[in-house]
Formats: sequence, structure tokens, C-alpha cells
Amino acid sequence: MTEIRLETRALRRHFGALVAVQEIDFKLAAGARHALIGPNGAGKTTFINLLSGALPASRGRVLLKGNDVTDKTQAERVKLGIARTFQINRLFRGLSVLENVCISIAERVGAAPSMFYPVGRRTDVIDEAMHLLDVLKLASNAAHRVSELPYGRQRLVEIAIAIGLKPEVLLLDEPAAGVPSTESHIILDAIERLPEHIAILIIEHDMDVVFRFAKRVTVMVGGALFAEGTPREIEANPQVRAVYLGQASRG
Amino acid sequence: MSTEAVPLPPVAATPGLDQPAARVLMWRHHLRWWEALPWLAAVAFYFIFPDYLGFATALLVTILFALSLDLALGYAGIITLGHAAFFGAGAYTVGLLAFHGIWTEPITSLALAALAAAVIGFASGVVLLRTQGLTLLMLTLCTMALLQEAANMAHDYTGGFDGLPSLDIAPLFGFFEFNPLYADTQYLYTLAILLVCFIFIRTLVYSPFGQSLTGIRENPLRMHAVGAPVRRRLIICYTISGAIAGVAGGLWAQTNAYVNLSALDLDRAATVLIILILGGYGRLYGAFVGAAAYLALEHFLARIYPTAWQLGLGLLLVIVALYARNGLLGLGEVLWQRYFVRRAAT
Ligand SMILES: Nc1ncnc2c1ncn2[C@@H]1O[C@H](COP(=O)(O)OP(=O)(O)OP(=O)(O)O)[C@@H](O)[C@H]1O
Ligand SMILES: [Mg+2]
Repeated sequence: MTEIRLETRALRRHFGALVAVQEIDFKLAAGARHALIGPNGAGKTTFINLLSGALPASRGRVLLKGNDVTDKTQAERVKLGIARTFQINRLFRGLSVLENVCISIAERVGAAPSMFYPVGRRTDVIDEAMHLLDVLKLASNAAHRVSELPYGRQRLVEIAIAIGLKPEVLLLDEPAAGVPSTESHIILDAIERLPEHIAILIIEHDMDVVFRFAKRVTVMVGGALFAEGTPREIEANPQVRAVYLGQASRG
Repeated sequence: MSTEAVPLPPVAATPGLDQPAARVLMWRHHLRWWEALPWLAAVAFYFIFPDYLGFATALLVTILFALSLDLALGYAGIITLGHAAFFGAGAYTVGLLAFHGIWTEPITSLALAALAAAVIGFASGVVLLRTQGLTLLMLTLCTMALLQEAANMAHDYTGGFDGLPSLDIAPLFGFFEFNPLYADTQYLYTLAILLVCFIFIRTLVYSPFGQSLTGIRENPLRMHAVGAPVRRRLIICYTISGAIAGVAGGLWAQTNAYVNLSALDLDRAATVLIILILGGYGRLYGAFVGAAAYLALEHFLARIYPTAWQLGLGLLLVIVALYARNGLLGLGEVLWQRYFVRRAAT
């Protein structure tokens, strides 16, 4: 039995009459490599918003390592070890790549409230940021302003900011979305090299990526859980093929 | 421990810090030679133009006011059109204390002005900073209008529309008189206060807190997602910014020896915004350049075209808005890059 890092119980979220996420019971194991797939509008991003606390749940609970975090804010959940990336970049566009990562690390190590010494004196933060950029092969872009980078590189910064938080649970919302397929392998390589102990939930549309990376796959359709299993089981599941894989191969 | 057995590598085990990007960040807060220029100019002005010290004092007060706005608007991205609320709060604090003979010592009066403005900044910030964009803009405007109306209605204490004239300010350190005819004391005193406030603001914007403010300006949603208490940071920033604006207002009251409703006017709030945009926001020295350019223009254009000087100012603003989004200072940086750095490189 592996330990459960993140769990949801009958988690639900509606927008007016639209039920975007309905009664989801879900478990993410320690060190998981778990993919969440489903057609457009299935509620995947909404589900991640509920896990990270970006949106409050309409009903149901979210548990982190057995502790109820449903009423905690997003910032509080970050401190407890949940980090995420965004489907559409949310970066500090006017700042350098290094600063983007420093902001996140400064927040984690508790430097950010300090007013009376310069950022430059926190060489521990800067050094850690440079190291992280090195690992993600972004070091050569460290001095560049994010808005000047090609989109693929920006996607890596998106991941770097989340990793800088040293999360136990990492939620990746289509990390390679919008990146030309010739470059997307750089991002996927980076994700594959992430520390093993991090429990990763990744939303991804590319089935090759899902089958290469994930040890477990959950399929969401119309806001509800549709199927869950190993990549082989999901691939062999005729209903999944019908609603999802068929669509994907058509596109 | 057997440190002898294993020879450790030299402690350059942080090659990351040697890289250009890391160096930029580590050196960013260091003083540059040109940062001495405004202060040297201010001292030189004292000796060269002793007859213009009244005008120069007003300039220094405006710079301080614009700096306070830069902290909120330029660094934290708080869109406000009501910053004169804090200027006025500071001015009326000094004015009321002096006019009613309660307290006239200048430096402690300024501290009280800062405190009063900070309290208003905090109280309004708690409510307003839940909102963003146009809503925030309107609410800051309303706060200021409310304060102005309150000052107008509390006629018995504030003098209403007429304000509080001929304030009696005690001599500085019990010795240097605030003489309305010779502005020596006012000028040097204002310069010293500006310097102290500037050092404080400069320290703040280069600190990790200041960096988190720029993070909030660039992307508040992402700041939430990295675990920052965004609203708390904004309230702290707004309170500090308000306090500094309060000091500027207090100085204005002390150096003019009067207070009136213009301290809380939309005109004042708009002017300081224009000054900051003209000079360049989010870059500290934009406040200096903007205030100097604006007041100099006002001074000279008003002399040449007494009726139409605002037209010239309007034209300048249009040019800045179209061709120099980062203000005069940003324009200067671009030109400097183009003609000196690039030439040096080739
Ligand atoms: N803030 C919101 N307000 C109203 N409706 C929303 C909101 N966010 C999402 N929805 C709706 O909820 C449904 C699920 O959206 P969601 O973004 O979670 O889907 P998704 O699975 O991530 O899709 P995609 O693959 O396109 O990213 C959609 O119908 C969407 O229009
Ligand atoms: Mg989505």
C-alpha cells in the first residue's frame, strides 16, 4: 500500500447551472505519475483549481496527507506542499527568468516579507534559483525578460516557478500546451527528471506523452470520473476509446 | 569529522552566483555614481539660486509625493487616483495641530502626519484593495472626495473652504525659524526629510518585500499560486505609501504655513499622477525627473503663455504617451543605450 498524498471526497463545483466537477472521489499516491485526461470542457482545469484552492468547492472535501484542507486558501495550501502550473502562462512577464524563480523561492523560504535588506543579499535564494534553472536547462535564459522568450521556454519557466516551491504534490495543467511538437519534448524531458518523491498529476492531451510518462490514468468526461487504471487498461477500455481516444485520433 | 581525508573542492561550489543574471540581481541595489546627481544638484541650487528656494521647496515636496505614489502605483500596481487623500490627511494633521496651538514642533508633527495618513491608508486599503482596475480607481477617488467633503464640513476646526491660514510652526530644533520670506530653513529641512524618505523607499523596493510587490504588479494570480498573502502585502504597501504621502502633505503645510482644501483636491491627485507618468513610474527617479520637468514647464510656460501653458503641457504628455511609455527617464535610458552603450560595444 502506498501512502495517499492527496485525496478528494465527493468534490463538486458548479458555475450557476453548469456542474463542471461532480462528486469526484480521487486519490493521488506519494510519488505518483498520474495523468488526467478527458475531452475539452471535461472539467480537468476546474478540478485542479479545486485541488489548489484557486476556486472554492461547492461541496465535498479535499485532503492533503489525511488533513482536511478544503477551507484553506490557495496560499495556505502552497505552504502545505501543493504547487501547480497553469494551462495558459501566468508569469511575471516584465521580470527576468531568474527573478521569476527567485520570487517563488523567496516566498517558500520566508524571505519575502523582509523589507530592510536587498534581494541581492539573499545569495542562498539566488543560488538555488540558478541551480534550478540549470536543472531545467534554462540557465542560458536566466537574464532574459520572460516576455522576450519563445513560448516553449516560457512554459519551462511556468514549471520552474512551481518547482521552486519544493512541492510534495505538483499539479501540471497541460504543460506542453501551445508548444510546437518539435519543442515539446524539452518540456516533457524536464518533467521526467523531476524528483521521484513528488506526487505529480498531469493534464495532457497527447496520448503518447500520457502513455510514456504516467503509471496511472484517470479519465474525466462531463465533469465526472469516467474510468481509472493503468495506461494499458485505459488504452484497452472500449468505452474510453469510444468517448475519448476516438476523438483524439480524429483530431 | 575527517576533513583531512577528503580534500574538499574550493568553496566556489556556487558557480550559479558567477553567472551574469545572478550578478545583475546581486548588484542591483548598489548605488550608482549618477544617483548622487539629484542631491548634488539640490545642494548646488541652494547656493546658486537663493532667491528661488521657495519654488525649489515646492519641487522637493512634489518629488516626495510622487515617490509615495510610485511605491503604490509603479511598484505594486495599485491603480489610484486618490493619492491626495493621504497628502491632505498629513497636511491637515499638521495644520490642525498648529492652528489650534496643540503641537507645533515640526519633526514630531510630521511623524503624526505620517501616522494619520497611515491610519487612513490602512483603513481604506482593507476595504479598497479587494478590488482592482477601474473599480479601485473609482473607490480611491471616492475616498479622497469624502475626506475633502469632511474637511469642508468640519468648518469650525478646519476653516472649511478658507482653510487654516498663518500656521505658527515652531523653530526647527528650537532654533531655525521658518521664515516665509527666506526659505533657507524650509528648503534644507525638506531636502533632509526627502533624503531620509528616499533612502527608506529605495531600501524597500530593492528588498524581497519590494520584489514581491513587483510580482503582484506583474501577475497577482500567480503570486497567490506561489503562496504569497497578496492582499496583506498590498495593504502594507498602501499604508506605507500613504504615510509617505502624509509626510509630503505635512511638509507642504509647514513650508507654506497654511492648509486649505486644495490639499485634498482631485487636481492634486491628477497632477502627481501626470508627474509620475511623465517621469516614468516604477523606477524611483521618475518622480524626480517628472516633478522637475512638470514644475519647470509650468513655471516657464506660464510666464511665456500665461493663458495657454497647459496646452504645452498637454502636448508634451501626448508625446510621452505615444513615444515614451516609460516616461522621460525611460526615453533617456533608450537613448543612452543607443548612443553610448552600443557605440562602446562596437
Ligand atoms: N470560471 C468559470 N465560470 C463559468 N464556467 C466555467 C468557469 N471555468 C470553467 N467553466 C466551465 O466549466 C467547464 C469545464 O471547464 P474546464 O476548463 O475545467 O475544462 P477542461 O477539461 O480543462 O478543458 P480543456 O481541455 O479545454 O482545458 C467548461 O464548460 C467551462 O466553460
Ligand atoms: Mg483545461
